[in-house]
Amino acid sequence: MNLQFLVDGLLTGSIIGLGAIGVTLTYSILRFSNFAHGEFISWGAYATLFTSGILGWAMGGAVPAIGPFSFGWTLLVAAVFAMALTGLLALGLDYVLFRHLRRRANAITAVMASFGASMALRSLLEFFFTSSPTYFSKKLQIAKQLGLGIRATPDQMVLIGLTAALVLSIHLLLTRTQTGRSMRAVSENPDLARVAGIDVARIVNITWMIGGALACAAGIMVGLLVQIRPYMGFDLLLPLFAAAILGGIGSVPGALIGGLIVGLAEAVAVQTVGAEWRAAIAFLLLIVVLIVRPSGLFGVRS
Amino acid sequence: MHETGAAPPDGRRERTQERPVLAADNVVQRFGGIAAVDGVSLSIGRGEIVGLIGPNGAGKTTMFNLLAGAMSPTAGRVLIGGEAVEASPAHRRITLGLGRTFQIPKPFPNMSLVENVMLGRQNQAGERILPNWIMPGRVAREEKETYDKAMALLDFVTLTHLARQPAKVLSGGQRKLLELARVLMADPSIILLDEPAAGVNPSLLEVIIDRIVEINRRGTTFLIIEHNMDMIARLCSHVFVMATGKLLCEGTPEAVAADPRVIEAYLGGGHLL
Repeated sequence: MNLQFLVDGLLTGSIIGLGAIGVTLTYSILRFSNFAHGEFISWGAYATLFTSGILGWAMGGAVPAIGPFSFGWTLLVAAVFAMALTGLLALGLDYVLFRHLRRRANAITAVMASFGASMALRSLLEFFFTSSPTYFSKKLQIAKQLGLGIRATPDQMVLIGLTAALVLSIHLLLTRTQTGRSMRAVSENPDLARVAGIDVARIVNITWMIGGALACAAGIMVGLLVQIRPYMGFDLLLPLFAAAILGGIGSVPGALIGGLIVGLAEAVAVQTVGAEWRAAIAFLLLIVVLIVRPSGLFGVRS
Repeated sequence: MHETGAAPPDGRRERTQERPVLAADNVVQRFGGIAAVDGVSLSIGRGEIVGLIGPNGAGKTTMFNLLAGAMSPTAGRVLIGGEAVEASPAHRRITLGLGRTFQIPKPFPNMSLVENVMLGRQNQAGERILPNWIMPGRVAREEKETYDKAMALLDFVTLTHLARQPAKVLSGGQRKLLELARVLMADPSIILLDEPAAGVNPSLLEVIIDRIVEINRRGTTFLIIEHNMDMIARLCSHVFVMATGKLLCEGTPEAVAADPRVIEAYLGGGHLL
């Protein structure tokens, strides 16, 4: 068996993991499954594309790529900007839609509304950018031999590093700062958090911003490694939820590890039983884990 | 108040009437057609330990919730340090210096004791999202301060040996001590205690009383709801009595215990003291 599945699995797993962190945080803090989360991934990718396009145009044409990578500095600047923008999109969606439903309707209504939001956001992308695939860069990258039959492009390597840095910073935020402690407190008991002096509305806003920004990072990864199209996020939705549930709802390290397991399982499935079975293998794994450990790998609730 | 003979027991002090730390002015709370609190006014001076008593259903807990910000009154005003807060949420009142505990304390069960206490800290840079990335040095420094202070407070409430345990391992009385430590984390000027003695074993109750006296000696004001009249008499210089949503009377613990209206409100409940 070829070890190449490790690189492929890590990459897919990183993308799924970044998205799943947002899903798991929204689920544990706001207590509903946001099916529009995939759209944050697509919107993040398009926001990056659009912003880097404007920057490139303002600089008067093509910006040279950095070193061995396929992208130039405009993409990096655009990425930071788009992450903030996607955070604001998530916040805006909460402001116009979910906030009211949280107050006045039950969880099922909010879940259905998120389906509607998902369709609306996706259609908007198709309307503005058409449904044909596009790319950040058409530059071809030559994969480097890393030994043991493993090959990876410079883009792929830097993206795995970027995921590690993002996840580490979120983990530190949750465990070493007052914001993180407050987020965990709200996830354990929102009413108690309120009377304990935590500004729950602000924690909810922060949760949306983080979830949106990480989804945008995942979208940029998909854009760099595969292609950008309006359905890119929606197609990732089931793996996102599989990863969040596998890792244990509410656990950030769990979401990432769940993502990596799903990603690696898919990559192994492509090599062994064929690409058409990749999703089936991932879900088979999910079912097995949930039968053995219903709260997920890192879940705390029994 | 005027009967200064023998030294008052424990931490009891003279009543001060200068600028009140906490005041309610004609507060009303209606639930449907029923007024659970019906035009109550009270005022608590700096450094006092004041009691709020009354038979079940008198509206004490509703009054408490109105003062602490768990609900907003139908009418009337609540003032903390002279600032009107009746429309402000609980977290705003905490930043103004009000802390409260609950009759049945609820810690965050899966977080450690020290984390539970650290949550009580207010106005940290690390509370907002951006400083965590743009000035990590300052956030880390504050985090260290918060941790040290939380550990010192756990020591103060005699729970240091459990600091790393999840809060779900604690007994009822220990949870009250933990909650007190969390409230103290915000350096409150007044603390509202909801039945601190209820369900606490006697030896732990002595620790709680002792800690209240000690905190009060450092200048913190207390308002205590309590059924344990012995505790009220030992701690409070002044007592408000509520019955059927109204303020029935007020005075020293001895005076209200002897008041025939109070005895009648407790349905001739016999001996209060």
